Amino acid sequence: MIAEFGAFALALALALSILQTGLAAAGRVRRSPVLAGAGQGAALGAAGAVALAFGALIYAFVTSDFSVSNVAANSHTDKPMLYKVAGAWGSHEGSLLLWCLVLTVFGGALARARGLPFGLKASAVAAQGALGSLFLAFAVFTSSPFTRLDPAPVQGASLNPLLQDPALAIHPPMLYAGYVGFSVCFSLAVAALIEGRAQTAFWPAWGRWVRPWALASWALLTVGITLGSFWAYYELGWGGWWFWDPVENASFMPWLAGAALLHSAVVTERRGALAGWTVFLALLAFTFSMLGAFLVRSGVLTSVHAFAVDPKRGLMLLAILGVTAGAAFALFAWRAPQLKGGGLFAPVSREGALVLNNLFLTAAAATVLLGTLYPLILEAASGATISVGPPYFAATFTPLMMVAFVILPAGPLLAWKRGDLRGAMQRLAVAAGLAIVAALLAYALWEPRKAFAAAGVGMGAWLILGALAEVAERARLFRASSAEVLRRLKGLPLGAWGMTLAHLGLGVFILGAVVETGFKAEAARALTLGQSVSAGPWTVTLDDVRVVEGPNYLAEQGRLTVRPSNDRGRAETVTAERRFFPAGGQTTTEVGLDFRGLDDVYVVMGERAGSPAQPAWVVRLYWNPWARLIFLGPAIMALGGLLSLLDRRLRVGVGPRRRKTA
Amino acid sequence: MRRLAVLVVAPVLALMLTAAEPPAAPDRPLADTAQEARAQALFKNVRCVVCQHEAIADSPAGVAGDMRRLIREEIASGATDQQVRDDLVRRFGDYVLFTPPMRAGTWLLWFGPFALVVLAVGVLIARSRRRAIEPPPLSPEEEHRLDELLRNEKLRRDPDATSPHDGR
Repeated sequence: MIAEFGAFALALALALSILQTGLAAAGRVRRSPVLAGAGQGAALGAAGAVALAFGALIYAFVTSDFSVSNVAANSHTDKPMLYKVAGAWGSHEGSLLLWCLVLTVFGGALARARGLPFGLKASAVAAQGALGSLFLAFAVFTSSPFTRLDPAPVQGASLNPLLQDPALAIHPPMLYAGYVGFSVCFSLAVAALIEGRAQTAFWPAWGRWVRPWALASWALLTVGITLGSFWAYYELGWGGWWFWDPVENASFMPWLAGAALLHSAVVTERRGALAGWTVFLALLAFTFSMLGAFLVRSGVLTSVHAFAVDPKRGLMLLAILGVTAGAAFALFAWRAPQLKGGGLFAPVSREGALVLNNLFLTAAAATVLLGTLYPLILEAASGATISVGPPYFAATFTPLMMVAFVILPAGPLLAWKRGDLRGAMQRLAVAAGLAIVAALLAYALWEPRKAFAAAGVGMGAWLILGALAEVAERARLFRASSAEVLRRLKGLPLGAWGMTLAHLGLGVFILGAVVETGFKAEAARALTLGQSVSAGPWTVTLDDVRVVEGPNYLAEQGRLTVRPSNDRGRAETVTAERRFFPAGGQTTTEVGLDFRGLDDVYVVMGERAGSPAQPAWVVRLYWNPWARLIFLGPAIMALGGLLSLLDRRLRVGVGPRRRKTA
Repeated sequence: MRRLAVLVVAPVLALMLTAAEPPAAPDRPLADTAQEARAQALFKNVRCVVCQHEAIADSPAGVAGDMRRLIREEIASGATDQQVRDDLVRRFGDYVLFTPPMRAGTWLLWFGPFALVVLAVGVLIARSRRRAIEPPPLSPEEEHRLDELLRNEKLRRDPDATSPHDGR
């Protein structure tokens, strides 16, 4: 019964989404608040209906209803409850339903947003409804998760054991909330192009309306990508955290476009400038999201985590992508020349710095796009097969970002309209000096000597110190009385703190990434009980191996002692497992992680080697220095996004706080 | 006495021998650590041909193990990194290396990102030149009006400014 209920709710959601589009558009054309209001009501109804459908699917998973083919294919009675629930979005059909849920819930939130002018809101609700209709139609007609199986199997095929992990259970909801959140920016951009306001007063207000959605989506996407990366780090057991895998790239492109959008929307909000460019980025961010969905689900990519799907669905997704992005960009090409330029600014100014930021972020996104699609295009065009992997991105993406990072700390110190470059450089002199010292120390002190890694350390320090220097400058640190400094710090808007945190988090991430990449050490050896293997400053001894039984797996669990090779420091015991899941016949590794300050000592139990009389196990040991910062940095960045989101000025309908003048 | 010694020593010796001899590992690292380091560096750039986007350094697949052995053998027999790479490309095609080849068909791939930046900077410079036409200097009457406007306290304050110069 519950599956039929879900299927009905999904069909209802499709009908409501179509109604939403029609009513909101009619309301806009006839200038009828009643019709537009009905469109908004339909948007809320669609969100509710998809939520019911999603609830029904989760219910089917929780109760292990194997008469539903999606449950039979992805669940198992032995699975822990968390993974039964997470199984609901572990397949193509389920995750598409999650996509639709986020799309319609954001659409409902858009329908409830206050303070937007009538025409813009009605158009945006109609555009969001059109997106919802297309994706819901795709779900209903080709990818319904509620198809029944007859006869129902007694047992399910279980979820891929690699996906049975807490980080991965919440990774897709976060990731999708980010991906699909950009749909509201897309709809607002389409609406702005339709409304085509030529008044200069319109664009700052539009910038203010689009920013909260962009911020929320970007922060959620940051969390989602980081969780996925962390999962890859400790679940795959390869010791790495980013592989420039096409699917990773697919999530990274909207992130880069979203980051560019955040920055350019600030210029549009404050100065009314770059309006056309901001609209373009708003369209681009969600287009990249849809492109990612197509790449992951169509099977055109070979990737570790592409969904196995048939090309027909890929073709449908390509059609949706072509229709929506094609229509939106055509509208853009038609209307963009009519957009007013807005405030003028000198090349050296806050606006100028943000233009450079956008230039490099967009070029970086284009690089990722090129690296991801080029093998496909080249093979289609000439039949030649190539691989684009980490060395390519190290040679193209990394230098582009490095240039952007050199410029970054100066941006917030420049005034709007016309900045004082010399003044900004003077204020950053201390930060620059300390960063250079950090780089030189890293080069001199760490063995083996690595110039690139040392320069990277300097870069990370530059970003962190630069962000702090900007706060110090605003607070008049060392120049005003401490009471005055405190008063100024308290008076800083949350948005300013958000920016500082985000930039600081980026620096923290860079530090972790370059130190981990530059100085990590690894070793692999077949160990009998009592034997040791060393990597970097750590020695790991295999103490004991036993067989343990999990809820739905059998595991060989190794207990290992991690101690410093020079014996100065405490020893810790870690357990690492090699799990066998009988339901799917798959084997996974459960990494043993010993957190040592900022470093990880990372131990992987491999296959059994040696003779039955003298069993041995291949143990892989990684020393990943400063790996903690790789995941801490993005968390700080997401927190920065959240803080900015809480800023009064971004709340629609709330006026700027009146300041008491000093 | 001698017999006793043998009885005691032999098992200990046997135990030591088995302990000293490493059990057969699927991967036998090269004895020369410098050569092994070169092999490991190469493994990271070589794609496992039957896997999805995985380097042979990471892949548990049998083919990846064979490829690792092949590369180690070549390095041990004195091949340079470039010779190893060339040999791999001869056997498996360009696909096997994560570094795409540099040839006419991939120029766009390699130089596209930088060309884009150069192009965009060019467009920006051209536009700023076009905009750089300075407005004519203010006439004395206009200067006078500006002074009056600036004297007006309300207009001087921008309630929404966050530039480092606000609040001064």
